[in-house]
Amino acid sequence: MDDKVDIKDFLEFVYSFYKTMKDHEVTLVYEGEVTHQITKAFTSLTETNMEADEEGPSTQKKVFHVMVECLQNISKHAETVDVNDLKKDGRGIFMLSKNVDSYNITTGNVLNKSKVDQIRGMLEKINSLDKDGLKMLYKQQIKEGRLSNKGGAGLGFIDIAKKTGNKLFYNFLSINDEYSFFVFTSKISRNN
Amino acid sequence: MEVIKIIGTDDTPSVTLDAQNEIFEISGRSLPEDVAAFYEPILDWLDRYAEEPNNKTVFNFKLVYFNTASSKLILDILLKLEEMHEDDKEILIRWHFPEDDEDMEEAGEEYADIVEVPFEQVSYSLD
Repeated sequence: MDDKVDIKDFLEFVYSFYKTMKDHEVTLVYEGEVTHQITKAFTSLTETNMEADEEGPSTQKKVFHVMVECLQNISKHAETVDVNDLKKDGRGIFMLSKNVDSYNITTGNVLNKSKVDQIRGMLEKINSLDKDGLKMLYKQQIKEGRLSNKGGAGLGFIDIAKKTGNKLFYNFLSINDEYSFFVFTSKISRNN
Repeated sequence: MEVIKIIGTDDTPSVTLDAQNEIFEISGRSLPEDVAAFYEPILDWLDRYAEEPNNKTVFNFKLVYFNTASSKLILDILLKLEEMHEDDKEILIRWHFPEDDEDMEEAGEEYADIVEVPFEQVSYSLD
């Protein structure tokens, strides 16, 4: 980036990136490896901000819950390879946005296409259920599910749907024959 | 029996397992980095305790937050207590929740539905 034109482009990109974030009311965005430290830092930062905004305790708890589950989904399930075909798991994008009605928590990560059908099936099933149906599914999964070697209990999406009371939004965008990009958004209504 | 006393942090709960003084309590926040490793000594302790438990065991959960990975391990603890109950030991689970925290109250109700063991919900004020 020692070329003057490149630098100018880059500085303009920063401004347009800033404007895009403002337009979409994004208050936190991160791309990279999601570690336990990152999870703690982001949740603690968000808690502090919500305290300062005098957000209701119920909303605060729900945002905290959903953030933890979403970040852990990336750290446990994201898989990708870099340009040299080296495995680089546990990386992705995390976004928190906020408007007058709700907080929106979004993750995006690469995963192997072989996993898409299973995840899509799970999300479709969750979205088809009402509150009681979600409770039943949660109880069934906690009894029958096993903790994976990465420490996942298969309960994250169900828990998010239960706690937020809102439908889950998602999409799988094809990257190539082997990988897809999985985008997932959940909404926490404010003052509920 | 040896006593387990773990001081809580912002991501791990406080744990006291003290058979002699009849204190069995898990409280605080639970989202450990390695949830299986955190709960393993607790589950092992309960296995040993189950061989020769007190006449009565009152186990207190006073959690303010736990992630879904922890929820599975909490069920494992409850299942061990359920086994003791099946062996005709007197067991009582006391599930404490902040009075305004419906989600934590509901979590207790769900556990109470899953395990066959006397289960008491106790609300408390945060003030």
